[in-house]
Amino acid sequence: MEVHAHLLTASKIFCGCATGFGAPPNTQVCEVCLGMPGSLPVLNHKAVEFALKMALATNCRVNPESVFARKNYFYPDLPKGYQISQYELPLAEHGFLDIKVEGHARRIGITRIHMEEDAGKLIHSESRPVSCVDFNRTGVPLIEIVSEPDMRTPEEAVEYLKGLRNILLYLEICDGNMEEGSLRCDANISLRPVGQTELGARAELKNMNSFRFVKAALEYEIKRQRALLAAGREIVQETRLWDTAANQTVSMRGKEEAHDYRYFPDPDLVPLRIEADWLESLRKNLPELPAARLNRFQAEFGLPEYDAEVLTSDKTRADNFEATVKDFPHLSPKQVSNWFLDDPTSMSTITPATSGSLLTLVEKGTISRNQAKEVLKEVVATGKDPETIIKEKGLTQISDASALEVAAQEIINANPKEAADYRAGKTKVMGFFVGQLMKQTRGQANPQLANEIFQRLLG
Amino acid sequence: MALTRDEVLHVANLARLSLAPEEIELFTRQLNDILAYVSKLQELDTAGVEPLAHVIPVFNVFREDAVREGLDRDAALSNAPAREEGAFVVPRII
Repeated sequence: MEVHAHLLTASKIFCGCATGFGAPPNTQVCEVCLGMPGSLPVLNHKAVEFALKMALATNCRVNPESVFARKNYFYPDLPKGYQISQYELPLAEHGFLDIKVEGHARRIGITRIHMEEDAGKLIHSESRPVSCVDFNRTGVPLIEIVSEPDMRTPEEAVEYLKGLRNILLYLEICDGNMEEGSLRCDANISLRPVGQTELGARAELKNMNSFRFVKAALEYEIKRQRALLAAGREIVQETRLWDTAANQTVSMRGKEEAHDYRYFPDPDLVPLRIEADWLESLRKNLPELPAARLNRFQAEFGLPEYDAEVLTSDKTRADNFEATVKDFPHLSPKQVSNWFLDDPTSMSTITPATSGSLLTLVEKGTISRNQAKEVLKEVVATGKDPETIIKEKGLTQISDASALEVAAQEIINANPKEAADYRAGKTKVMGFFVGQLMKQTRGQANPQLANEIFQRLLG
Repeated sequence: MALTRDEVLHVANLARLSLAPEEIELFTRQLNDILAYVSKLQELDTAGVEPLAHVIPVFNVFREDAVREGLDRDAALSNAPAREEGAFVVPRII
């Protein structure tokens, strides 16, 4: 897999232009990123620091010296006729990422991490043989993370990608937005007949801008290559695009011509020297990473491994969980965790203050669990606070025993057969009685209290 | 090692140059002369010499991550052969 990640710097990698997404075309450009004669690139210090953080977080060996190189090719999204990248001496090499798929741990090797500039964006006209070029993205800093061919299933590929994304978010160096292209991946896939040691001819897949598409494209490609091999045909080494509409990969003809990039060191940029003390201070200041946080969540909050895994696999989710538990110490961490596991998206969307007050209302018996789920959905949809929603919907839980008792007695009177069954020892009938009471109170009866009342009245 | 006519055509194609027949002959000869001249360097014993990426012994020239106003769009597009809605317009490649 080759993963490209936009670094969250304010300015571009070699010039001072802004990097924000979605600005009008060609409003974040200058002489440098437009490749005008005589302009010179100067490296963004923060981009290097961000790239180094990723290298450290993925256990890479950082090269003491690395070099920027020109990758030469002609394409309209590249105004200079070359992309500044790294080739022979990348920033870092020989790392790894541990992933887990269906309970099995796997270590995926990382070949290298290098820095480069992004290219511009082309919008192809539907009606005429022209393309419009927007150079705002040209020069946005990227790191490319290249893995070893260690993944064996589409699931592993997706887990690897999720793992990388999670680390990028923990480090706060990339926003991880695949739809906007802040995180992109190309996947190389080949089949290997049982017993054969060398890998088969591979296809390079592009244009998969979500985890779902990555999985679908890889699954499709396995089927396609398997059918070709079974029919005794050869796999052509080529680039294929994932076609979202057609749900298949299609050959990207024309790009095969001459992958002859004629890399050479860029004379406009001096080599990078990563001093040991610089690297050490970055290492010391790395934030807590997902793997460490997973262990801490188990130790500190007494959570099962599964809970800790689900919580820490998303930084916002983990942050919200932790803030809720810390700000509302009367709530048990496991209770809070259950809510996050039950509806991770909603719970990660609302603020910890909101989730804390919602769960407190459940704990105090003001509303039931089911009512709280309803309120949670409303909070997400409307942005109102739980108390307001509860008031508006009249969603209070009846915890007044005397009010419930009258209704409960009526239900018993109306259902003598069930009452007799219960008294004869068929305790299962209890569910029927509580259900009836819930129905009458439109779900507002405190279920625990209802149980107690029926037990007393039928006892 | 002499450069062949095909290699010259390949390099020309990578540079998007179209050569007239007599230019192919001319450039093949001239490029070979240049390579022959430069190949004198091969006579040097470079065992134990680290490859050099830059002739000036300077490292780590940085700028701080600060946004600086760029070109205004009209200026940026002023050399464009064609433009539309703030974008450069080029012949469609794909």
